[in-house]
Amino acid sequence: MPDNEIILEIKNLSKVYDKEVLKIEQLSFRRGRIYGIIGPSGAGKSTFLRLVNLLEPPTTGDIYFKGEAMSMNGRAGTPVRREMTMVFQKPLLFKTSVSENVAYGLKARRFSKEEIKARVETLLEKVGLKELAGRYAGTLSGGEAQRVALARAVAFEPAFLLLDEPTANLDPSNVELIERLILDLNRDKGMTIIMVTHNIFQARRIAQEVIFLHEGRIVEMGDTEKIFSFPEDPRTRDFVEGRMIY
Amino acid sequence: MALLPLLKGIAEAFHLIFTLDPYLVKIVLLSLQVSGMAVLLGTLAGVPLGAYLGLKPAESTHFISKLLYTLMGLPPVVAGLVFYLLFSRMGPLGVLGLLYTPAAMIIAQFALALPIIAALTMIGIRGRGKEVQETARTLGAGRLFTAWTVMRESRFVIFGAVVTGLGRIIAEVGAVMIVGGNIEGRTRVMTTAIVLETGKGNFELAVGLGLVLLIISFVINSLLYSFQGGGRDSA
Ligand SMILES: Nc1ncnc2c1ncn2[C@@H]1O[C@H](COP(=O)(O)OP(=O)(O)OP(=O)(O)O)[C@@H](O)[C@H]1O
Ligand SMILES: [Mg+2]
Repeated sequence: MPDNEIILEIKNLSKVYDKEVLKIEQLSFRRGRIYGIIGPSGAGKSTFLRLVNLLEPPTTGDIYFKGEAMSMNGRAGTPVRREMTMVFQKPLLFKTSVSENVAYGLKARRFSKEEIKARVETLLEKVGLKELAGRYAGTLSGGEAQRVALARAVAFEPAFLLLDEPTANLDPSNVELIERLILDLNRDKGMTIIMVTHNIFQARRIAQEVIFLHEGRIVEMGDTEKIFSFPEDPRTRDFVEGRMIY
Repeated sequence: MALLPLLKGIAEAFHLIFTLDPYLVKIVLLSLQVSGMAVLLGTLAGVPLGAYLGLKPAESTHFISKLLYTLMGLPPVVAGLVFYLLFSRMGPLGVLGLLYTPAAMIIAQFALALPIIAALTMIGIRGRGKEVQETARTLGAGRLFTAWTVMRESRFVIFGAVVTGLGRIIAEVGAVMIVGGNIEGRTRVMTTAIVLETGKGNFELAVGLGLVLLIISFVINSLLYSFQGGGRDSA
């Protein structure tokens, strides 16, 4: 697979609830890269991820995964879902143990018992929760739950990972741990990652390309350094320099 | 004086229970069979229906929700009357010859249990079910595994719904009386037997059956209580 292959392409996408909350004419994501989506609260970042992950039908437009248009309904959705996953802004953990949670996607894919056990152990170690493997998930703190949700999502090594504020509830040392894991997954497994974050510093640390969303539209996008050092649009400049009020 | 038959009845009742009086045992077993089968069928139909409705946006299920709530409060005698008319010889289902059989009693009780189980399942799943469904799908679960996960995550709610349904039908008398006919050895269950034996002045038997019914009710409600307590947030 060529490095510059387009893994996801978006054409004329829009989403209308009470009003139009998202409108993107054209956007493409290349395999193996890390994208950061930044923008103020209510800009449409989560909506965008939900559309890409087929949780919500677009009002208009199409999303192509590896060149094929995806549809929300029918069987067409399932194969795509096996290669793509998302960690929600407020993740839900199943009412079972921590390790059962991490094993879920592996079970859905019929991995062997030994393989599941090995992967769950490795991942819990990586997110710093090895001691909590047997704990009932309902008793975890917010930050612990978020790390379990991330471990659960990457356990089956999806080709394409969507993250909605993956470190919002974490303390600085855990933020570092998770950022490390995200970078490792991208480097070692070639995972394509789209990460939504409020945190402009995090976007700058992790993303190779940044998309700035504002009121449902892409204001500016490009290489991270360029967006941060030489923003073209005044709104982008205000946002990355911390002057945008939201 | 009025107290005497009751006391005598209780003493006799314990005797009947502990000696496993065949007449009493037979009635208790039939009750459990009829209501057990009705609740089983009610579960098989009501849980998927409730789950389906619970996963839909609340706005799109207003009508059916109201219908279910209404049917939840359906008086058993009315259900009995409806099925009597359906099953009577002249009725549309008369050819089946179901009137005065345990099958008719099961069907009538099924109709009483179904709305309770479906509505309580729906209410319980509505809160968190959609999110569970999305999470499961996002993690690559197919339709069946997703459905299984939604049920599993709502197991306390579903169990509560089923037990509530069972509690209601095992104690009802109107429907089984009308469609079953209270025939000795064939369609006589605890509640209808109590009505009959009380009428005949056989207080020992009536009280004995009443006690058994109370005990069953106690067991059912203890299960419900502990599950609802246990279902709060721990496994
Ligand atoms: N189901 C819905 N019904 C109606 N409006 C919605 C719905 N979901 C989202 N919206 C609206 O769409 C807009 C974009 O929401 P979205 O959650 O995508 O924002 P966001 O960029 O993720 O914000 P945040 O940074 O606060 O998470 C908001 O105005 C929100 O209120
Ligand atoms: Mg959001």
